[in-house]
Amino acid sequence: MAAPTLRSKRRRSALRTAAFLSPWLIGFGVFFAYPMVSTVYFSFMRYDGFQPPSFNGLANWTYVFRDYPMFWPALRNTLWLVVVMTACRVVFGLGVGLLITKIKTGAGVFRTLFYLPYLAPPVAATLAFVFLLNPGTGPVNSVLEGLGVPAPAWFTDAAWSKPALTMLAVWGVGDLMVIFMAALLDVPKEQYEAAELDGASALQRFRFVTLPNIAPIVMFAVVTGIIQAMQYYTQPLVAGKVASGVIGGSGQSFEPGYPDKSTLTLPQLVYNLGFQRFDYGAACATALVLFALAMAFTALLMRRRGGLVQAGD
Amino acid sequence: MSQVVKTRGPGARPPAAAPAAPRTPAARTARRTAVLHWIAVHALGVAAALFFVLPFVFVLLTSLMSGQQALTRDLVPDTWEWHNYVRVFETPGFLTWWRNTLLYAGLGTVLTVVSSVPVAYALARFRFRGSRLALMLVISMMMLPPQVVVIPMYLFWAKQLDLSGSLWPLIIPMAFGDAFSIFLLRQFLLTIPSEYLDAARVDGCGELRTLVRVVLPMAKPGIAAVALFQFFAAWNDYFGPQIYASENPAAWTLSYGLESFKGAHHTDWNLTMAATVLVMAPVILVFFFAQKAFVEGVTLTGVKG
Repeated sequence: MAAPTLRSKRRRSALRTAAFLSPWLIGFGVFFAYPMVSTVYFSFMRYDGFQPPSFNGLANWTYVFRDYPMFWPALRNTLWLVVVMTACRVVFGLGVGLLITKIKTGAGVFRTLFYLPYLAPPVAATLAFVFLLNPGTGPVNSVLEGLGVPAPAWFTDAAWSKPALTMLAVWGVGDLMVIFMAALLDVPKEQYEAAELDGASALQRFRFVTLPNIAPIVMFAVVTGIIQAMQYYTQPLVAGKVASGVIGGSGQSFEPGYPDKSTLTLPQLVYNLGFQRFDYGAACATALVLFALAMAFTALLMRRRGGLVQAGD
Repeated sequence: MSQVVKTRGPGARPPAAAPAAPRTPAARTARRTAVLHWIAVHALGVAAALFFVLPFVFVLLTSLMSGQQALTRDLVPDTWEWHNYVRVFETPGFLTWWRNTLLYAGLGTVLTVVSSVPVAYALARFRFRGSRLALMLVISMMMLPPQVVVIPMYLFWAKQLDLSGSLWPLIIPMAFGDAFSIFLLRQFLLTIPSEYLDAARVDGCGELRTLVRVVLPMAKPGIAAVALFQFFAAWNDYFGPQIYASENPAAWTLSYGLESFKGAHHTDWNLTMAATVLVMAPVILVFFFAQKAFVEGVTLTGVKG
């Protein structure tokens, strides 16, 4: 008599779980599993959206890696951004987080001011920075020249466009600031007191008390920063378009990467190949390169000890 | 927020190192060090604040200049051209972009919350085989750059459902759970003590009733955070409208239209900056009304766990 009730109970709970999960189960199938399989399929197909797709082996892959002139510059730029932009954001975010924990007067006002740029919509923030850093009349270069510092051409100079983008990313560091601030306030006070009794200098206290305590959060910030940098799309594209003076809205004819491919990133290639060149096969091959990189870093994030995935109750 | 950082009241003094009157030379030195420390920290704070705030100030000032003055190196307007904002609103399409953005962000947010809450609840509270795998898949979806699957998705919406040239390909998927929202809500629901849920069960509540009557009221801060994030994500989205709406200006959103505004007014930096202000302002206003929920959400994604 016990067995059937147990089984029906189990079945009921399985049904219940499925019911609660159902929106996501459908979403997972239609918006993740199906298009992933489809992307792999198209990466071996010749397809322009008009002629029916036809198998063409590894041709898309050899095209992307060997003949597509934008792939390697984009990969180089993305790696540059992954390293430099992430490092700058983490160091600056930690610095501002530390600063905000030391500020005693008006801390709430400072915190809000530091946080605001993070909220600025990316297109609006990018437009603002292209204007502010505009070499001819922008306020930043006016100030620099007033100080007698040689002013770079920022978004119109291939050597300075990525540093300018990095500055834009550092400006919006409010998210990291909040995370670091919470972590810094969680460091046990007794450890600082003990270190002080031992005669540790401020620098030593940071090195031997603060850093070990917030190490997991630094790691989290680094890995999520890498993932964000790999997905960097709107800001470099809009900066390139606006700085190059492209006129008109949809900008179908715009060759991304201005100036001189220096703002090209991997996600832009999918758009360029798929929606400007109508080479869906090569676009899917590029998308899979992006996918492999994103998943590699996500795996790193999930393996972190005591990490993002918290055990259930 | 306010529980996180204990701020002193306005005009708080720098802390005295010694509680007794600073009579001894050592105590005086300590007190002087504390004062210098206070000055150094706050000077740094002001410098950082200038870095964060000045771009907004310059944008605002330029938006109020005459078209000619905006092309000069001047920082402060000679004449304050408030009319610039009226002209932005009079630009053909600008009001349509507003309406489209509100539809995308508003409807999208409601759909996301309604579809994500039960999934998050199941992932946080139910024990079932494959729950860990499901969570891993949610995180993978969250980390997936949208460009990876955009080709098949575009073909699906454009060729099979004939919905390109509208925002529906961006809104409809939100009825099927958003990975980031599911993840954030799950993290939040884990912080609700399970005694509450057990009590509800003892009282004979089914799972759905427990969710609606007990969990939802306690999860309000988490839901608020998810709603805000989702609203901002839609408001800020550029890639989505670029793929699905670019062919039809009547379906453009503010973030997408703003760039074309620059294209159409390419020497009118004053108008472009006024439009930029009008795209930034609502987000910042919403933030001021919901600051606490928002910052809690940011912290939740990173620190809890």
